[in-house]
Amino acid sequence: MTPGRDLVALRPEQAAIPPGHPWNRLPVVGAACAVPGVLACAILGAANPKQFFFSWLVSFLFFLSLALGALFFVLIQYAAQGGWGIVLRRLGETSFTTLPVMAALFLPLLFGLQDLYAWAVPGAAEHDALLRWKAPYLNVPFFLVRAVVYFGCWSLIAIFYYRASRGQDATGDPAVSARMRRLAGPAIIVLAVTQTFASIDWIMSLTPHWYSTMFGVYFFAGSFVGFIALLSIAAAAMLRAGLLDTVISAEHLHDVGKLLFAFTAFWAYIAFSQFFLIWYANLPEETIWFQARLEGSWRTVSMLLMAGHFAIPFFYLMGRAVKRRASTLAIGGAWLLAMHFVDLYWQVMPTLHPAGLRPSVLDAAAFLAVGGCFLAAAGWLMRRQALVPLRDPRLAESLAFENA
Amino acid sequence: MPFAPLRALASVPLLASPLPAGPYYGLLAEFATPADLYHACERVRDAGFTRWDAHTPFPVHGLEQAMGLRRSPLPWIVLVMGLTGAALGFGLQWWVHAVAYPLVISGKPFFSWPAFIPITFEVAVLFAALGAVFGMLGLNRLPMHHHPLFRSKVFEQVTDDAFFLSIESWDPRFDPSTTGALLESLGARRVELLESR
Repeated sequence: MTPGRDLVALRPEQAAIPPGHPWNRLPVVGAACAVPGVLACAILGAANPKQFFFSWLVSFLFFLSLALGALFFVLIQYAAQGGWGIVLRRLGETSFTTLPVMAALFLPLLFGLQDLYAWAVPGAAEHDALLRWKAPYLNVPFFLVRAVVYFGCWSLIAIFYYRASRGQDATGDPAVSARMRRLAGPAIIVLAVTQTFASIDWIMSLTPHWYSTMFGVYFFAGSFVGFIALLSIAAAAMLRAGLLDTVISAEHLHDVGKLLFAFTAFWAYIAFSQFFLIWYANLPEETIWFQARLEGSWRTVSMLLMAGHFAIPFFYLMGRAVKRRASTLAIGGAWLLAMHFVDLYWQVMPTLHPAGLRPSVLDAAAFLAVGGCFLAAAGWLMRRQALVPLRDPRLAESLAFENA
Repeated sequence: MPFAPLRALASVPLLASPLPAGPYYGLLAEFATPADLYHACERVRDAGFTRWDAHTPFPVHGLEQAMGLRRSPLPWIVLVMGLTGAALGFGLQWWVHAVAYPLVISGKPFFSWPAFIPITFEVAVLFAALGAVFGMLGLNRLPMHHHPLFRSKVFEQVTDDAFFLSIESWDPRFDPSTTGALLESLGARRVELLESR
């Protein structure tokens, strides 16, 4: 520890949005995005419901994956008893507490199950032996039951961890941390299983004949990269807005950058492994998914993902100085967040437009609608609480954290 | 910036070169606490010494700043080695499969680059790791079988409970009497003049 750096815990005003600060208006900004987004979806979607449901699915999955990545980020820190990230934990808590909102944003998709999923069309299995064989899993009632289970588990974990952490702000009871640590292990297992099956249900079953045993971890890798990218942008934006500027240091940014770098490589490892095994084995029922994405303009998007989701950020984030400056780290984060959206778009949209990439105004409208709701919920939560867990037993350790 | 690795490498004798000849190795000062050593390092750094070192039984956080150490060139060595390994691994497979001994394997083209990626990755990791280990040894001029510091009896405590600062006699600012006085004024418990070799 550098001599002269004090270990005094934070004063509450150092970790709050001051009255009159522009960030108090985040819920309004979110609503200002969501309302026109919803209206545009309603007007344009009425003319082209199929496009609406696919656009909505992409944006829903994008923000859902950020919230799930946030949940994993917080749980893994409890499980590993991490100290460095305490000052950033509330940003994670704010992001994952939007999960009940994401459950509401899932509801519109229920009206388009037959537009989205070939297996949900009545009679689809009659002349299709594979679908008949998969019908015990891929049927609408069981699909709905599973969705209820996923959102139930996620909301339960999210609300429990949010409440416990906020409660500790008032009581300062270290036993709360111990309890959350004990529950973090089982919660990670529940999250891993539900997130895997959710990605199978909502993305993989768009191509119901196809299967990949790596798909769950592929979705997880993308979701974690997405959340860390969001975290780097949020931290940089807060520092620029004069929030937490006495709290978040270059040391914290450095560690966020390391996670972003590491999970960019992890995503590439998983994405390539999934492609590689299917490409090498060359079995028709497995290659269809990649064949659709290696033809026409989807091939260009695939190449963009290789370069943009791996090669460029990998070398950009490699150096130390880039990770320690808020502006350069946020550029890398914004780039990867955009690539995470492209990744999900590339997973979902070829089902609707097999001939090639066809962007739609509804893509933007759905993004505004879902993103606006996410931002409004997160902004509302940020106003209600301290921006940092003020009385976490490890807060002093996190404030004084230095990379070796 | 592109010359940073070259400059850094040029400033470090990579090969385990023998220590410069001279009547003395230098001065060894013993301090009682990490804090004493830390503040002494700041003063020695500010006095402009360049050939000196600190020795502690455990890592002292922030000591590298107090000593004014520059970043190690090791990351650049690892990067260059990793890229070299990747290029060699990929090049070897391309040469074997597409040039020297083309064979049809499961109906795929001779130059099937996805099949080369795992080996390319492994060779890159291998070369980067070898670069890290041997680069570290080279930069530290290890292995070195003997060092004049080991002539000092009190220096044996460096693995136990004592904190040392040594200034080498070939430092341009070194002078046996004034440098010794400086170290004593910084709170050294004991200052020892060590013979060469």
